Amino acid sequence: MLLSALTGTRLRERRLALGMRQGDLAARVGISASYLNLIEHNRRRIAEDLLAQMARALDVPLATLQEGPADGLLDGLRAAAAAVPAAAAEVERVDDLIGRFPGWSAALVELHDRSRALARAVEVLNDRMAHDPHLSASLHEVLSAVSSVRTTAAILADTDDIDAEWRMRFHRNLHEDSERLAQGAEALVAYLDAAGQGQDQAITTPQDEVEAWAEACDWNLAAAEDIGHSAHLASGAGRVLAAALQASHQDDLARLPEDALQQALARHGPDPLALAREFAVPVLSAFRRLALRAGSGLGLVICDGSGTLLLRKPALGFSPPRFGASCPLWPLFTALARPETPVEAVISLPGPQGALLRARAFCHVSYPGGFRGPELRHSAMLLAPEPPGSEAVLEVGPTCRICTRASCPARREPSILQG
Amino acid sequence: MAGRVLLIEDEPNIAEAIRFILSREGCEVLVESDGAKALDRVAEARPDLVILDLMLPGMSGLEILGALRADSETRELKILMLTAKGQGRDREAAERAGVSAFMAKPFANAEMRAQVRALLEG
Repeated sequence: MLLSALTGTRLRERRLALGMRQGDLAARVGISASYLNLIEHNRRRIAEDLLAQMARALDVPLATLQEGPADGLLDGLRAAAAAVPAAAAEVERVDDLIGRFPGWSAALVELHDRSRALARAVEVLNDRMAHDPHLSASLHEVLSAVSSVRTTAAILADTDDIDAEWRMRFHRNLHEDSERLAQGAEALVAYLDAAGQGQDQAITTPQDEVEAWAEACDWNLAAAEDIGHSAHLASGAGRVLAAALQASHQDDLARLPEDALQQALARHGPDPLALAREFAVPVLSAFRRLALRAGSGLGLVICDGSGTLLLRKPALGFSPPRFGASCPLWPLFTALARPETPVEAVISLPGPQGALLRARAFCHVSYPGGFRGPELRHSAMLLAPEPPGSEAVLEVGPTCRICTRASCPARREPSILQG
Repeated sequence: MAGRVLLIEDEPNIAEAIRFILSREGCEVLVESDGAKALDRVAEARPDLVILDLMLPGMSGLEILGALRADSETRELKILMLTAKGQGRDREAAERAGVSAFMAKPFANAEMRAQVRALLEG
């Protein structure tokens, strides 16, 4: 039988309450301290027979570790109270609370546990952004087991006169380490799989870092964290990209100052072409200025000439994909093929409540090397929520892999959502 | 080779194997698995050589190394840093902090014998 996700937490709490060291408990139940550490942090499930051994070693009923009954509630409620001292919870009456409202007590403990787990997840995420500690820990686990296997196996192979007791001990160690090796390899594969699937915790690219940094200030770059000190910008490449974005934002701000922009918006509405004409600025400056300012609900996507997305600010109901190529029907790509020509369409996203958005796209062409240099294209698409109306709607999607429009003529590959 | 070696390593199977290898070479090998107790153990055992794992519970190998180098009693103590992280920043940090030698896991037993011999006899 496999046990609940918080069994490890209960084990750890009980061990700490007894003042017992992790290594001592591990030795008493015949596992390595590092494996126990994984169990205690709920990163390994624990089989019931091993849990029963731990319950004996910790002098606690098995059910307490499995279910976390009243004793667990008591400890949990005390921990919850200690976490919010300002609330001045009546700790001395905690027994009354459990007796009269066991369900509410359990809910409170569960919420406290979740809050701690979330805090831990945030900590892990911050650490991962800085050093990728999970990957490091998994590799460390595997390398430690490999080291032990290599050293122990060499002793057994090279030592002719090893006595029986040592030989038996080393055989046992080899067996344990081979188990650890298998588990470590499994954890590593699971981690890499998760990163490959783009789970929320797997912030992997410099562009992801920049977007997390911009998201933290709600894309109001004037209020963004200092680039050198932001926990979101872990990599040098991330900081370089953030600095470039901030520099272009400063440039846009100088060309379209906030006061003058507000007056122009009152006259023209959020029309980037009209703004570009009035301020005599490149159209893409007006796009960025409209999307990257306090309280703007506009989404913005920018790509280069290869169609690679350089900036992805989501709009309500529209999240540009983090992985894989985007939908080729986006007006962004239509504009890319028709430089310096405004493209406008009302687009709808798939799904029963598919968002309706007004998309305005424009592609700017530049020649930074003069006549002999390359031609560079940057296309941008501004997205604003659109009420239902009579205008023709262009049906688009996010990316083929997760798009449900089965009969789309632009489909590149089958969707994983269509079975 | 002779000498007293204090092995600070939290992986019990690796510690056991190293203890076996060095004991057969004539060393007296003491083992400590808790980083937090390492400094007391060094003061108490007065070893000729410390083999120090980088990743330890309680206090990291780098913190222990820094504390040993800051103490006039142990400033010159031979310290062999042992870690699964054989590359990069940790290695540089250990070298900057004054480690005597560095060995990355997984290692060959002969390499361990040679390193310890060189440090004890050097």
